[in-house]
Amino acid sequence: MDDILDILPEASRIREIFRNTGATVVKPSILQDAGTLLDLYGEDIRTRAYVTSDPIRGELMLRPDFTVPIVQRHMQEGADPARYTYAGKVFRRQEENPDRASEYIQVGYEIFDGSNLAAADAEIFSLVLQACDGVPVRSVTGDIGILMAAVAGLNTTERRKNALMRHIWRPKRFRTLLERFSGKLSVPPTRAALLAGKGEALTGVPHIGLRSLSEIQERVDALTQDAATAPISQNEIDLISALLSVRERADFALSHLRDLAVDMPSISQKVAQAARRFDALDARGVDVTALQFEASYGRTSMEYYDGFVFGIYAAHMPEIAPIATGGRYDALTERLGQGRSIPAVGAVVRPHLLFEARQGL
Amino acid sequence: MTIKLGVPSKGRLMEKTFDWFAARGIHLSRSGSDREYAARVEGLEGVELVLLSAGEIPRELDAGRIHFGVTGTDLVREKLALWARSVEEIESMGFGHADLIIAVPKCWVDVDTLDDLDAAAAQFRASHGFRLRIATKYHRLIRSFLRDAGVADYQLVDSQGATEGTIKNQTAEAVADITSSGETLRANHLKVLSDGLVLGSQATLFRSRMAKLHNDDQMIMDKFLSMVGSKVKESK
Repeated sequence: MDDILDILPEASRIREIFRNTGATVVKPSILQDAGTLLDLYGEDIRTRAYVTSDPIRGELMLRPDFTVPIVQRHMQEGADPARYTYAGKVFRRQEENPDRASEYIQVGYEIFDGSNLAAADAEIFSLVLQACDGVPVRSVTGDIGILMAAVAGLNTTERRKNALMRHIWRPKRFRTLLERFSGKLSVPPTRAALLAGKGEALTGVPHIGLRSLSEIQERVDALTQDAATAPISQNEIDLISALLSVRERADFALSHLRDLAVDMPSISQKVAQAARRFDALDARGVDVTALQFEASYGRTSMEYYDGFVFGIYAAHMPEIAPIATGGRYDALTERLGQGRSIPAVGAVVRPHLLFEARQGL
Repeated sequence: MTIKLGVPSKGRLMEKTFDWFAARGIHLSRSGSDREYAARVEGLEGVELVLLSAGEIPRELDAGRIHFGVTGTDLVREKLALWARSVEEIESMGFGHADLIIAVPKCWVDVDTLDDLDAAAAQFRASHGFRLRIATKYHRLIRSFLRDAGVADYQLVDSQGATEGTIKNQTAEAVADITSSGETLRANHLKVLSDGLVLGSQATLFRSRMAKLHNDDQMIMDKFLSMVGSKVKESK
């Protein structure tokens, strides 16, 4: 276990860097309403967060991150644009990796500002790099928005696009859906029977439960329609695969993405946005040629990010978790905003890992 | 010193366990009155029998308070995160078979696979405003099974008994429970998803990796293992 007295100076130094931009210091409480988090993340959050309760407030969680309470606060009472910073402990259950810390300090920075997205992305990234000063780092960037645009641009039904979009953050599942929609997976026998009208009749069995007969019929109709829909073309599948495999130096990746955009015009705007971001990073003195860009980066671990994503790793200690991670979460503000939304980007630095990285020099 | 063997304290599971050991020359019995949880071991010196609830045996193995224990694989996997670190399967005992399955109403003609369940969950959430509820007491097992299968938009609701009735009572839309024959499911108008077998469980003899051995214990343990017919290699 690290000594807290080693970590606190790192934490306060980092928060000072963030506060110097004029950011408001916020202190969300440790106990958070479990309902909000469950609604956002689903059951999986229970494997990652500590759940507790009291008779008045009901089920509560020890905060697994700061972003959700800060977004809630901003959407309720904040004026745009705004910048926030915080430092404090987060609590993570480690069922599968008991060697990882289950409570540690995070120092974070969040920007709510829609005026210049590329500039905000570059601002947060360069501030985090500055926080890691003195440690050799390897930075990986990505952009989930490009993949989302590619899915939105597929020549297929809205229903299929929605299904793919829903599983953007579950790569294995996403891949299976693509295979199904392109006709590569065989139809299970029960489904074939249902579609041929030989399945169990809706009327033959008693109806029980809250899911109504009309809901069941609605899905049967949807499946029937889908079975009659043309498969997604091999060409489009190949383009998605090519996009997902982009994984190289950022400047090379950008020209690669521009090539792909010729055949996949739906991603052009997002690729242009990525280009503006690299320009903004360059203008802030970040060496873009030292950055890695991976089109699938952040798909497994960062579920509310829907645009720019990044992780900063200790170059000399590849075995430790990233020192800092961050990304854009525009859709989250909409979900927590009760009708309001604003483009937002945030990042966290983990001072205990920064300290370990310094010790390992 | 002694080697401690934890065995379910009640019912068929206890009787079948006693029979299983008897067939291997180790005679277990309860001593004293029926209500007293004292026990005796004949056929092997140095083994002490501890009668416990089957549900507590995983925890006792994990804590190293017993060296061996008989319980279901389902209970070990549900109750012990990283179970393979703290316990080791010695022998499957061939009884107490039960499958942990996921079942939905039979009237869901559109749902037969986990893929369908996922799609139905998305539809359900959109039309009802909350996540599709799955009633179970096996929270960890079901959560990790559904995560691997990529099922989203569901929630687990705790049900410690009469789980199959939750759908009719509209406190859940699907169930995940242990079934041995499937009769309860049929009687409640439910069907098992074709790829909804989470775990096939049976009574199993486990060894704790956490229990300490003193003086002659290793010798007793070796003898015990050879009597139960284990081919497991001895470590250290």
